[in-house]
Amino acid sequence: MFGKPSRTGRTLQYVALTGYLIFLGFPLVWLVSTAFKPPRELVQLHPTLIPTNPTVQNFVQAFTEQELGRAALNSLQVSLASAALTVLVALPASYALARFRTKLGTAALGWVLLSQLFPFVLLIIPIFLILREVGLANTHAGLVLIYVVWALPFALWMLQGFVRNIPRELEEAASVDGASRLQILRRVVFPLLAPGIVATALFSFISAWNEFFFALVLLKTPELATLPVTLARFVGIEGTARLGPLAAGSLLATLPSLIFFAFMQRRLSSGSLAGAVKG
Amino acid sequence: MTTVAERPDVARAEGPRAARSRSDRMGIYLLLLPSLLPIVVLSVFPLLRGIYLGFTDARAGRHVEVSFTGLANYRELLGDELFWNSFKIGLLWAVGVTVLQFVLALGLALLLNQQLRFRGAARVLAVVPWAMPPVVVGILWKLVYHPDAGLLNELFHQVGADGMRTNWLGDFSTALPAVIIVGVWAGMPQTTVVLLAGLQGVPRELHEAAAVDGASTWHRFRNVTLPALAPVIVAITSLDFIWNFNSFGLVYVLTAGGPGGKTMLPMLFAYEEAFRYGNYGYAAALGNVMVVIIVALLAVYLRRRLREAN
Repeated sequence: MFGKPSRTGRTLQYVALTGYLIFLGFPLVWLVSTAFKPPRELVQLHPTLIPTNPTVQNFVQAFTEQELGRAALNSLQVSLASAALTVLVALPASYALARFRTKLGTAALGWVLLSQLFPFVLLIIPIFLILREVGLANTHAGLVLIYVVWALPFALWMLQGFVRNIPRELEEAASVDGASRLQILRRVVFPLLAPGIVATALFSFISAWNEFFFALVLLKTPELATLPVTLARFVGIEGTARLGPLAAGSLLATLPSLIFFAFMQRRLSSGSLAGAVKG
Repeated sequence: MTTVAERPDVARAEGPRAARSRSDRMGIYLLLLPSLLPIVVLSVFPLLRGIYLGFTDARAGRHVEVSFTGLANYRELLGDELFWNSFKIGLLWAVGVTVLQFVLALGLALLLNQQLRFRGAARVLAVVPWAMPPVVVGILWKLVYHPDAGLLNELFHQVGADGMRTNWLGDFSTALPAVIIVGVWAGMPQTTVVLLAGLQGVPRELHEAAAVDGASTWHRFRNVTLPALAPVIVAITSLDFIWNFNSFGLVYVLTAGGPGGKTMLPMLFAYEEAFRYGNYGYAAALGNVMVVIIVALLAVYLRRRLREAN
């Protein structure tokens, strides 16, 4: 970008890069280190960066003794259901959006931009009331509905982009060969859409898996709580000895998103999805 | 939002099938319905109802008999010291995080755009915080800031600065700066990726021409890179500001608004009002005020940026 910098310029660049990597990486290393520390090392006055006697007992404990196991299962169910439902509902609509132009479609896509600006508090109270009125407050079904609606705008954007990449000529050729609309969709469009469907499902899964606010407000029974809510509750309980299982549980909770980001790496780094995937 | 900009062909999607029969049109609506119905029922309608609730005295337990109270909630907000406190802290937080995050992200993006060793590894590491659930980011930093078992206090001990050791999240003076650092850490990757993508779109020839003309590195940055990047910068900083102003989970996990309300962001305040004290109408009114403020701030900011760009 700046041509060939001098030797000192180069050195400064590496110093800066190292600074960034320490800032970004050190807290992560600390989390991993804490997750592998036995209880005795967690309470010692001067903690070490590398555990002296690393152990996996925190991971075992996180999912056996504590409620985290059940919470992870809840999260898994809710996220899988959200992902499946989002794809199912978005698939026909994204086809219509990509292939035909309607005012309704344009309005739907415009809603994506707007919905990013609202503070959730404005939505959460009426949503809470609506779900209670139809008897879905404090149920996983209600939470899944919210997650689907929340993931839909972006899922529509993503999927209709994938549909658009399928050459129209393929469909027209099949149509000339006498295939019906439905047959074209099933035999031509859907198979070619497979990567798009996987990406959309992963996106919906992750946004449900990571979500905290709606789960916190909508689920009152502790047995129904999702992983982020249960993890957050454990932070509130002070006591150094619990930090190990907490760190282990946190690492496990991060795994699905790490897999998602590895999968989407190229698209993310090209920036085409960057503005839409909200942190 | 970048996705939107990349789809100028949406309008041309129709192609040769411009003339459509009524049954075709029905078919299209049938395809759209399963998506649009839930969006309307659980997002458009709640939004309108939320706006309305802000003008009522709705409370937990008696929401059925809501009565319209006009501007009463807003008059109360004006005199509510806790609201002003949360608003002030929200602004400090949102501006602090957005500005710091932008400056750091721009620096990192410029570095990652260079032919440096470890660039690949650095790019991956730069994205990892983005992949973490916000609650986990909160927990991670709880561990770093922990008064006894924390990384930060231990680092100060190692360099012989034991006087610097403190309860970062529990101390009145350090709590807000401490959560701002976490906000920057969590939000930087996304901003970096967007800026990096923007940088890759800056035409190389411009730089080479400027270099041949003898322009210094700084001049080329100031006069070539920055103007070319301006639209991306405006877009990402405005979005970052909105997201930060509206943020909840991270600070909820870190401090829950404490100590003594020093990190009580508007969303945390609204959450407490609504779900701890049951003041739905009042909390909804606060939501309305937040939207108006965000739109107003953005309008001012965007107008200035656009004038600068021209």
